[in-house]
Amino acid sequence: MKKILFIEDESVLQKTFAEVLTGEGYEMVSALDGEEGLRMATTSKPDLILLDLILPKLHGLDVLKQLKESPETKEIPVIILTNLEGASEVERALELGANTYLVKASYTLAEVTSKIKKALGE
Amino acid sequence: MQSMTFKKLLSQLNVFAQCKQYGLPLWQCPHLIFPVMGISIAVISVLAYLLGTRYIVDPALACMITLLLAAFLLATSFIIVKSLERLAEANRLKSEFVSIVSHQLRSPLSNLKWSLELLMSGKLGEVNKKEAEYFKILAENTARMSELVSDLLIVSRIEQGRLLFQKSDFSLSELVKEIVAKYKPYAAASNIRIDLDNAGPSSLVEADPSQIKSVIENLLDNAIRYSGGGGSVKIKITEKERSLIFKIEDSGVGIPQQDQGHIFQKFFRSANALRHQTEGSGLGLYIAKSIVERSGGRMGFTSQEGKGSTFWFTLPIK
Repeated sequence: MKKILFIEDESVLQKTFAEVLTGEGYEMVSALDGEEGLRMATTSKPDLILLDLILPKLHGLDVLKQLKESPETKEIPVIILTNLEGASEVERALELGANTYLVKASYTLAEVTSKIKKALGE
Repeated sequence: MQSMTFKKLLSQLNVFAQCKQYGLPLWQCPHLIFPVMGISIAVISVLAYLLGTRYIVDPALACMITLLLAAFLLATSFIIVKSLERLAEANRLKSEFVSIVSHQLRSPLSNLKWSLELLMSGKLGEVNKKEAEYFKILAENTARMSELVSDLLIVSRIEQGRLLFQKSDFSLSELVKEIVAKYKPYAAASNIRIDLDNAGPSSLVEADPSQIKSVIENLLDNAIRYSGGGGSVKIKITEKERSLIFKIEDSGVGIPQQDQGHIFQKFFRSANALRHQTEGSGLGLYIAKSIVERSGGRMGFTSQEGKGSTFWFTLPIK
């Protein structure tokens, strides 16, 4: 069973995604802030990371930077899932090595799930 | 009509009311400072003439007085610049406020949207007919709010000059064909036929296709929405003097003469549009015109109340 780490401070979203992703046959682990997310990326060795950008303790872009700098986590595909859609954030995230950049307001749950599957090569 | 203009003129002469409207103290209000400066310049010119002729034997004194008066003018202009700066700053803060509030609204709206989608999918348990009906209402209203918030964000980006344009070369005719195909079922549901002249020019334009797509969708959506269930919408693209002209004609409610001058203003909704459709923020055409102008084109319309409207825009050919 493939494991997905969701780094997101909104617990409602954590709950919704847990429901959807377990329904699709994935295991979901969650972190509510940037620092916890970084720790869990190393300890729980997920197959994919869903990452919000506005996070407590450590901004999502800093989390992404550190994930891509660490040999242990740099190969894990990262999907950014945020409501920030400024040109600078999109550019920076893709430059740092994010797999896909999704703006929450523009996607349905089904569309996000299909992007996850695609990133996992399914 | 004449009494209206006179009243308007009188209200503009009421400096105190004008300054109060901007929330500026009198000594910083351009409405007061500009007339004061104007009068000062007139008085100074006369004084300079009188002094020059009377004290010609003592040029040092005449010079000193003129210098003092010039210093007074300089101080007045400094105050004017400062007050305009304050107005510009207030405008910037307003745009920033709209941007922050819109971003803050987006998170709860995404939560709502996705929770509803999950509920409606039936994955959490079977949904009965009545529940499905109400979930649909909730979902539609959430989508409406999201759209409004997105429009507000676009407006604040336009005002701050931060609207992103990713330009590329594309065929306007092909883009229009795709959009029309997408909208045909929606139009058919309102008993409206979309006639697209398929022999559109093949010339390419250089603009942001996603932005131009939103402009065309907005115009098409308006044409269908205000056609009042029935009739036809005609779309034509022509080429003229290194420009492509997109034209969309509807047989809808039209725009009353007195509203035509305001149609591209932010938040403006014409009285008869409100009668036919209560939905709508009045931001669509403002955004559309801004996008077309930023892409090097122009936008306009002709309309007759009760007969329909024709909206057009141009884009320079690559």
